[in-house]
Amino acid sequence: MCGIVGLFLKNPRLEPQLGALLATMLETMTDRGPDSAGFAIYGSPADMLKLTLRGPDSATLAAVVAALEAATGQAYGAEARDTHIVLSVPAAAEEAVRDWLCAHAPGIDVVSAGRRMEIYKEVGLPAAVARRFGLAGMAGSHGIGHTRMATESAVTTDGAHPFSTGPDECLVHNGSLSNHNDLRRRLRRAGLSFATQNDTEVAAGYLTWRMREGASLRQALESSLDDLDGFFTFVVGTETGFAVLRDPIACKPAVMAETGDYVAFGSEYRALVGLPGIAAATVFEPEPARVYVWERQ
Amino acid sequence: MPSFDLRTSALRELNRALHALPPDTNETHWTIANPDGRHAIAVGLDAPVSVEIDGHVGYYCAGMNKRASVVVNGNAGVGVAENMISGFVHVRGDASQAAGATAHGGLLLIDGNAGARCGISMKGVDILVKGSIGHMSAFMAQAGTLTVLGDAGEALGDSLYEARLYVRGTVKSLGADCVEKEMRDEHRAELFARLKQAGLAGEVDPGEFRRYGSARSLYHFHVDNAGAY
Repeated sequence: MCGIVGLFLKNPRLEPQLGALLATMLETMTDRGPDSAGFAIYGSPADMLKLTLRGPDSATLAAVVAALEAATGQAYGAEARDTHIVLSVPAAAEEAVRDWLCAHAPGIDVVSAGRRMEIYKEVGLPAAVARRFGLAGMAGSHGIGHTRMATESAVTTDGAHPFSTGPDECLVHNGSLSNHNDLRRRLRRAGLSFATQNDTEVAAGYLTWRMREGASLRQALESSLDDLDGFFTFVVGTETGFAVLRDPIACKPAVMAETGDYVAFGSEYRALVGLPGIAAATVFEPEPARVYVWERQ
Repeated sequence: MPSFDLRTSALRELNRALHALPPDTNETHWTIANPDGRHAIAVGLDAPVSVEIDGHVGYYCAGMNKRASVVVNGNAGVGVAENMISGFVHVRGDASQAAGATAHGGLLLIDGNAGARCGISMKGVDILVKGSIGHMSAFMAQAGTLTVLGDAGEALGDSLYEARLYVRGTVKSLGADCVEKEMRDEHRAELFARLKQAGLAGEVDPGEFRRYGSARSLYHFHVDNAGAY
């Protein structure tokens, strides 16, 4: 099953409300995915690289960050939200910070990296997950959320969406891929690394690889139709873009709404009901095997 | 004229009230506000009443309908009018996948487009779509008619039995055992009757349609195919 929601704002006046709108959408999709939930939020661009870390609890995370700051002699302006913490790291120091975490902080994961994107995900009901991280108070230009009903791997935070395999890139998925093991091997040979055995992470890695090779978001998704085997509805975020793709059989549901102010995605129309001006929105079902992309100017 | 606002009344209450209607009820026109994409609105009706829903509905709206007229002033989710027995279901917007699935009778009219698998396993219903339909429509369709003013997606009429498919626009591809057939007078008359039922008599020319149906080569086991099993 699983539920997906996404909101891409065209009108900057709605940006302060992004988190509140997304939280309502996410909670409505609880019936489709009560096991875990997660979301990516694209806030204002930072000069530094934002690294979102996840740990077992806030005290452990605070201690790790204090040790990291002491070891590197730098402060990273850490902003803690429950089991996640966001560090602002100079781009040049990213590798050193990652290396230090890898060596000294087992059990702490880097969930996302980017100038604008932060990712939060946890096991539990979507409303509880949104509340723990204060989603309703977050601002931004676009966001993507996922509620998971686990089928292909265990109910763990590692298996929660969104998955991110490149800076400011994230992907959520409803469905299951059947050729992810083979594709993961091929992508590893191309230099990508994967944190889980999850099929969705491979789809995210595939897009990262294509875009790294020079493809646009649209081109990367178009080629995924040839290279990914299985069922999928994807919603993808990049620093400036928002995209939707369904497999050619269109096994998994999808509804979209567009107004002059926003583009919204929901696994079901119910998720879109709370959006401003929805009664006058163009509501449509995205066609199978057709790539939809919106880019911020 | 009973009316329900689904933001203030429970959906279960509405369906229960509709199911309790006696055949000779005087409450013959029901209006429903704020459906907000809820699933299973006005399912299982069995009375000659009309139900008007103002907004988009979720899955299985007007499923199993018998005798009632249900109008959706918006889009419908998966499986609108699935397993309809008789009556009339009218979607003024688009319908999602599996519209009219397995339906035995009645008329399903869709003003916009219908998604994939429209009329899958239909068993006697008449479906008329003013827009286009998605892939695998009329899969294993057994009886009834599917009339499409727009185009049809891939694999139209795959493994078809005896339903008749009339398409005015292009057909991306035909499914296994579905073939184009000659449009004879009886078919033009049938198509005219369907168009008339949908209020399109005189507006749409039956001569612009092509007819598709079963080649009937999958009906019986063929010994040459024994190796395939």
